[in-house]
Amino acid sequence: MKEIFKIFFIFFKIGLFTFGGGYAMLPIIKRELVDNLNWITESDILDYYAIGQSTPGIIAVNTATMTGYNLKGIKGALAATSGFIMPSLIIITIIASYFSRFQEIELFQHAFSAIQIAVVALIIDIVIKMWNKSDKSKISLLIFVLAFILLALLRVSPVFVILASAISGIIIQRFRGEFKKSVKEYKNNKN
Amino acid sequence: MIYIILFLEFFKVGLFALGGGLAALPFLQELIVKYGWITSEELLNMIAVSESTPGAIGINTATFIGYNTAGIMGGVIATIGLAAPSIIIISIIAHYFKEFNNHPLVKSAFVGIRPAVAGLIASAAFQLSRGQIFHFDKLNTDLEILSFLDLKGIILLLLIFLAIRKFKKHPIIYILASALIGIVFKF
Repeated sequence: MKEIFKIFFIFFKIGLFTFGGGYAMLPIIKRELVDNLNWITESDILDYYAIGQSTPGIIAVNTATMTGYNLKGIKGALAATSGFIMPSLIIITIIASYFSRFQEIELFQHAFSAIQIAVVALIIDIVIKMWNKSDKSKISLLIFVLAFILLALLRVSPVFVILASAISGIIIQRFRGEFKKSVKEYKNNKN
Repeated sequence: MIYIILFLEFFKVGLFALGGGLAALPFLQELIVKYGWITSEELLNMIAVSESTPGAIGINTATFIGYNTAGIMGGVIATIGLAAPSIIIISIIAHYFKEFNNHPLVKSAFVGIRPAVAGLIASAAFQLSRGQIFHFDKLNTDLEILSFLDLKGIILLLLIFLAIRKFKKHPIIYILASALIGIVFKF
């Protein structure tokens, strides 16, 4: 039980000091769980993060859950995840309760009209970074454009786009012959 | 009732938001269109606040939307809904399937998912920026082409975008800088 509380508090701290989540949380996990407690190794963290990236949901939450589960099973997973989201819940609830009052101040309105534009610029930057993570082939460009059109113009649900793109990825890799290669690699790694 | 809808809708986001880096955004934008819980401008404000406060952006935005829709409990329920699929799926994978991310099916699927997520986020950004940069409503009332483009907004967008690409600093820097610009130039 003592360990469960410790996991909760460590991830509470991680949630409190990580801006943006995801990759930014890895150094703090390392300091707390590898350097201070010696509970896991650095390569464990990278494995958990890699799995967190390829499973559905918020990467930071996935990484927290994965770490907690490997430390203490389901209880550890629940402790790590609830610890990680607790600071967000407290901080954002406090901000949200004052936000509408601030919105009536003129200075605040000017500031946020410009901030909204900055956020659009930040999102465009994220789109470019995500595009750079793809294989940048012509077929990837086609998928990018199709996804854009399906959502923006035809208002197709993003759930459908995600599922269709996953299936397309598997078909594309089969045509390229890459699928067989990765099956071999996977089997070799397992043995 | 609103609590159940909040939980289920955010559970869905947690189940299908793949690929990280604001992958939840297209789903949140869809929720806005579907329920009108908040406006596009409010969502952009929330992203700015989420980027400037500790914690994962997706979680912060869920708490924010939940709170605005149904108070403190709404925020808690939306956040738990978003995290719940992660807990279920990760627990299963950690137990039975440790090589999950190296599995050929998963690796191949991501060849399609990565560009699709980039396209979805681009689409969400385009629709969210309508009010700020493209005034489509004005285009309908009078046919002057320039009136639908907000010149001040476009210049700021270009400046901030170039700064982001050049300096690669933390988002908070650009958010604070644009707040100052907004106050000085009365946006």
